[in-house]
Amino acid sequence: MKFAIQINSSPTGSGSAYHAYRFVCSVLAEGHSVFRIFFYHEGIYHAFNYAMPPDDELNFPKLWSALVKQYAIDLVVCISAAQRRGLLHTDEASRVGKQDGDLADGFRISGLGQWVEATLQADRCIVFG
Amino acid sequence: MHKKFLFVLRKPPFNGVSMQETLDSVLTIAAFDQAVSLLLLDDGVFQLKNGQQPDRFGMKDTAAVFGALEIYDIHDIRVEVESLQERGLKPRDLCLPVREIYRKDVAGYMKEFDVVLAG
Repeated sequence: MKFAIQINSSPTGSGSAYHAYRFVCSVLAEGHSVFRIFFYHEGIYHAFNYAMPPDDELNFPKLWSALVKQYAIDLVVCISAAQRRGLLHTDEASRVGKQDGDLADGFRISGLGQWVEATLQADRCIVFG
Repeated sequence: MHKKFLFVLRKPPFNGVSMQETLDSVLTIAAFDQAVSLLLLDDGVFQLKNGQQPDRFGMKDTAAVFGALEIYDIHDIRVEVESLQERGLKPRDLCLPVREIYRKDVAGYMKEFDVVLAG
């Protein structure tokens, strides 16, 4: 079965982020596919490259980056939600005079149309948070 | 491809930018020619309360966006009867004409949709 996932809660704000991560891992391990994970609302905080939680806590940007290497899933961050919260990709960062982008490995920034496409392609849409 | 979408809105207005962003996704899906319906439950019924003055605390008027949904061919907005009653509200306290739905009918209503999204 093909899944589209939307994650709306931040890594630090609730337990929902971890539920989402475990759900995605289980889906992939069971042999299903994940068409796309769309990070919206506070979910965009999953994509911050420079998040540095203490070593004994979960580092979600790194967890997702590792999962992309293993399964080649598409991690998309909503551009309007991201810019509102100060998460910029490299082009936008240089345009506004920042030194580099904030996006962790394996994520890309795009628009809500990507979520619409995912809902149309997937057999199941699951929203976390 | 066409699918039927239901947004279930359960949060009150002015809860940060949450509703603005949810409405953005409602409008985007509608702009892609998909059928979109809204169901207001729990504190979500406050989204349509008459007489909001969000400019007084620096927020955008999200109730006005609901009024514009018709332009996007979104006509099916339902409000749960019990959620209104529990909050002392009547349909005439809302800024849009809405259809009422009883709690017992919500589960059956949701089955009519291909995609149910929480907002």
